[in-house]
Amino acid sequence: MESPPDFSLSCPIPINDYPHVLLAHGGGGTLMHQLIERMFVPAFRNPLLDARHDGAVLAADGARLAFTTDAYVVRPLCFPGGDIGSLAVNGTVNDLAMCGARPLYLSAAFILEEGLPMQTLWRIVQSMRRAADAAGVQLVTGDTKVVDRGKGDGIFITTAGIGAISHRLIIAPASVRPGDAILLNGDIGRHGIAIMAVREGLEFEAAIESDCAPLADLVGGLLEAGVEVHCLRDLTRGGLASALNEIAEAARLGIGIEESSIPVREDVQGACEILGFDPLYVANEGRFVCILPASEAERALRIMRRHPLGVGACLIGHVTQDTSPLVTMRSRIGVSRVVDMLSGEQLPRIC
Amino acid sequence: MKFIDEYRDAGAARRYAEAIARATTRPWTIMEVCGGQTHAIVKFGVDALLPPTLTLVHGPGCPVCVTPVEMLDKAIEIASRPEVIFCSFGDMLRVPGSSRDLLAVKATGGDVRIVYSPLDAVKIAREHPDRQVVFFAVGFETTAPANALAVVQAGRQGLANFSVLVSHVLVPPAMEAILASPGNRVQGFLAAGHVCTVMGTAEYEPIAKKYRVPVVVTGFEPVDILQGLYLCVRQLEEGRAEVENQYARSVRREGNPAAVQLIRQVFRVRARKWRGIGEIPQSGLGLAEEYAAFDAEARFGVADRTAAESPDCRSGLVLQGVMKPPECPAFGTRCTPEHPLGATMVSSEGACAAYYRYRRREGAHEAVPATEP
Repeated sequence: MESPPDFSLSCPIPINDYPHVLLAHGGGGTLMHQLIERMFVPAFRNPLLDARHDGAVLAADGARLAFTTDAYVVRPLCFPGGDIGSLAVNGTVNDLAMCGARPLYLSAAFILEEGLPMQTLWRIVQSMRRAADAAGVQLVTGDTKVVDRGKGDGIFITTAGIGAISHRLIIAPASVRPGDAILLNGDIGRHGIAIMAVREGLEFEAAIESDCAPLADLVGGLLEAGVEVHCLRDLTRGGLASALNEIAEAARLGIGIEESSIPVREDVQGACEILGFDPLYVANEGRFVCILPASEAERALRIMRRHPLGVGACLIGHVTQDTSPLVTMRSRIGVSRVVDMLSGEQLPRIC
Repeated sequence: MKFIDEYRDAGAARRYAEAIARATTRPWTIMEVCGGQTHAIVKFGVDALLPPTLTLVHGPGCPVCVTPVEMLDKAIEIASRPEVIFCSFGDMLRVPGSSRDLLAVKATGGDVRIVYSPLDAVKIAREHPDRQVVFFAVGFETTAPANALAVVQAGRQGLANFSVLVSHVLVPPAMEAILASPGNRVQGFLAAGHVCTVMGTAEYEPIAKKYRVPVVVTGFEPVDILQGLYLCVRQLEEGRAEVENQYARSVRREGNPAAVQLIRQVFRVRARKWRGIGEIPQSGLGLAEEYAAFDAEARFGVADRTAAESPDCRSGLVLQGVMKPPECPAFGTRCTPEHPLGATMVSSEGACAAYYRYRRREGAHEAVPATEP
């Protein structure tokens, strides 16, 4: 049988450069971007996938549904402010929220490592239940597998979710327009630093807690009030910088932000200074950017600030006329510079 | 945040920039020695605030960048051995050796671990008596005391399975090498604040005198750097060549005597090869005779390895302040953080990485040299 013309046996990732998968291929930076763009997207190409959003928006018998999936691997399993269970629920809930959907149903698949204490599993399951209750979703189907000791990291969880869309907006990078305002719902960098602190035994005066939280209610408030939202994106791996770069890239527009308007808590800033990290690239699990017409910004901020997860909401910048997809930031001393996507993970520095 | 916010203040930065402009009557070229300063300059755009007659050149003060290729190859060879747990600071992992980097060793099964302190490596050695634990002791005078302490502690605890792969370098000999080279353009230095926190400032006095160059010990925030530049320009304009201390909140003339004592106890000054620059006499540290048992090069029989640097990489010229990263023909094309030709493109303190990350694209910054692609 003839192969279809676009079928290629050769691997699209330059094998000479990367004969093996590196951790950086999952780090949310350039290498992961390349893996998705060169391997996954061409292999599975279809219009829904091409939208490159946090989830796919499907039409089903006249209704619009959002569908998404995410896998969760985190060490340590429990950290200040959450655990892998609450993360697995909130992460998928947030991906649905970023499609402008009301999350309804979740699935969960568990890959358990032989020897995982039953007490730990119970704690994680209870945490998932509480997170699902808080987000107003039901966990309706699932799967369980156990792998040999040493072949897993205690527990891996994959969740998928379905949500309903009850507005007519197209919430996607393609809707972004020059002049749009960029809002952020609070301080950045807490999740990444909380994980780092536990993993590496860094001690602070008070523990830094992850910001892990479900964002659907906050986003729902904006949509119910009729705010004309153009694009939403939660800030996970790769942080604010990667999210803005992804949006700029997909919208083919420039983005300009102000360093002094981006809130970073003092303890998080201090930890970043010690580790040589830039908070713009540190992971979050309860933060998102909302891009909308500048005329809607004030009203949207008022609505967001009424919600507990949006108390620190602020305007951080605007979409520019620039057609090169560049994110620039005016530094604290008033000079502009590029905010690039990282090539891999941030590595702690020497001195 | 104390000691951060006031040194990133836009008003203070502007006032110092204006003072520099007023004080400058002639063209001057000043080198900031430390890679941390280079990154702050490029990240905050400090150079865009300076008068056009004041040229900043970036110095060799990035420990990752100047670690020679053969040392990386030695590290990679040792880390690939099944009995070894190889411990390193994070930013050494992406630096290319002759054929691959330590992250690739990790991806193919090597036990390569990021540590935040060399003492963590000692702890790992204690917890794994059946394994060989090797710490990659890289850095300037800043990291040398803690690395020395790790060796002393391992000795006290009788840890026969602990060793260090030493690639320590020293700042003053590199400054002298730059000043003595025929192509030298540098007329004044911002010395590295944290190196001086350890070593003090006295060892720069002979250099300032011999070469008639001002040396201003400087911190790492934008306002620190602008203050340091102001002091340096004032000396140049007034024809003075002294050692001044801008970073007095951290640096004393005598440095940290306990730390210096520890360095002298464990290490001896020796010649070192610098990546991209070549061998500089008396420019580094190796283990003292009494601590030779902790030498990983001898333990794993890799001392004689040599390697050639990529002929395409001009990092040596960048590290000596002769060339700015965007002037390199490979910059941003054949050489990127994903495919680096040299260490200056990967290290968090490397000049090429700083330009790539903050200035790569045209029109992003008014201070981008005209030669940038």
